[in-house]
Amino acid sequence: MAWTRKDLLAMRDLEPGEILTLVDTAASLEEIASRDIKKVPALRGKTIVNLFYEPSTRTRTSFEIAGKWLSADVINFTASASSTTKGETFVDTAKNIEAMSPDVVVVRHSASGAAELLARELDCSIVNAGDGAHEHPTQALLDLLTIREKKRHFEGLQVAIVGDITHSRVARSNIHAMRKLGVTVTVAGPPTLIPPFIGELGVKVAYRLEEAIRDVDVIMMLRLQHERMAAGLIPSVREYSRYWGLSLDKLQKHARPDVLIMHPGPVNRGVELSPEVADSHYSVILDQVSKGVAVRMAVLFLLAGSRSSEGQVRA
Amino acid sequence: MNRPAPRRREKAQVLDEAALDRALTRIAHEILEKNSGASNLAFVGIRTRGVTLAHRLAAKIEKIDGTSLPVGALDITLYRDDLDMRGAPVVRGTDIPFSIKDKTVVLVDDVLYTGRTIRAALDALIDLGRPRMIQLAIFIDRGHRELPIRPDYVGKNLPTSRREVVAVRMKEHDGEDRVVIEEPEDA
Repeated sequence: MAWTRKDLLAMRDLEPGEILTLVDTAASLEEIASRDIKKVPALRGKTIVNLFYEPSTRTRTSFEIAGKWLSADVINFTASASSTTKGETFVDTAKNIEAMSPDVVVVRHSASGAAELLARELDCSIVNAGDGAHEHPTQALLDLLTIREKKRHFEGLQVAIVGDITHSRVARSNIHAMRKLGVTVTVAGPPTLIPPFIGELGVKVAYRLEEAIRDVDVIMMLRLQHERMAAGLIPSVREYSRYWGLSLDKLQKHARPDVLIMHPGPVNRGVELSPEVADSHYSVILDQVSKGVAVRMAVLFLLAGSRSSEGQVRA
Repeated sequence: MNRPAPRRREKAQVLDEAALDRALTRIAHEILEKNSGASNLAFVGIRTRGVTLAHRLAAKIEKIDGTSLPVGALDITLYRDDLDMRGAPVVRGTDIPFSIKDKTVVLVDDVLYTGRTIRAALDALIDLGRPRMIQLAIFIDRGHRELPIRPDYVGKNLPTSRREVVAVRMKEHDGEDRVVIEEPEDA
């Protein structure tokens, strides 16, 4: 299916065919990572700005490497070191960046909807690299690419997403994408961290880890943010880890022997995942990270490479 | 920007199945003659039909010479000079499971037209390593070059007008082995 969108904002917006186009394009680009010379000229002369209002190492680096391997010029703009501290508004900052004619702006912000706001205000392409508790589409895409490589297909798979569902944009993006591709999704976690009405997204809910991980093909563990305890949503990290942490013992007792363990990172070892599980052969956490670069290359390539100037279409 | 492809009708048949096969056999012999045998040769086809032709040429050479040559597939989407004009690019991936370093690489494509695809393919190939030599095998050379590129092996020279399209149809993709000239239906 041909890619025609200006922006990538949310998995919720996409057609199943568009999701597969992104995953297929990423799969084709994976071989670049194994070349001696990791550079192709596809986006030569294009400018990509990473506009990050939240700390992020993995995602920002991943977009930066992806852009550079495609020969684009990548500029990092980190909010704390910038005019934001001098009182400039988000949209003003973005418009100032746009005045320097970038082709793609990659935005990470703590407010849900930040990427969509920019997409409306700016003419260049916008990629949502995580907005509040809303969506993180490139994370869902790299999860899908990892799953497809290991399981060969999507239709009929069963996936459990475990942890803080309420505050997780990773969970939200994955739920939307997986439901469109025919995957059955079960979410699980302490009741305080499961949003009410989550069933309306077409997922099952489990309130015990053992029940959630039984017979599934993939277990996706989410990071527990320490501030959830301060907010009174969990009694203690130790209790969370006892009930919701995945140990090798629980995994081998309740899950299938060919289950995949995924985690969007960074991992709290000993909290949501025991170190033995994180380092086990079930874990594909590092595959996820390398696939992240391929996915971001695909997104940048499809957005920046498909913007055509009217009247110049060649037969 | 996605424009529906204009409808085309077949204007003339250029090669039938037997003629197509004979041309491939001749090219295979020419490759062996020019390189004094098959040692150190490798085929790289340009997706999609160049890859199929490369596999057919490799099979011919195996039949003639008994040598089994490696065949790779090259996708040149990331090297095009007209990305902005085409829209919605489809990347099908490069798959060359052998080192091209110091090899004589025979680059294969179905139709040679402006030469821009070959220019992109040369860049893509050289980014993967340093071959000793690159030769170009083309099934149909239809003229209208825009770059200084010439093939080493040609199935057939076919003078065409720019509004015509040359279609190399192959069993693996189209269910038949045939070369035809097509023209827009509104003509």
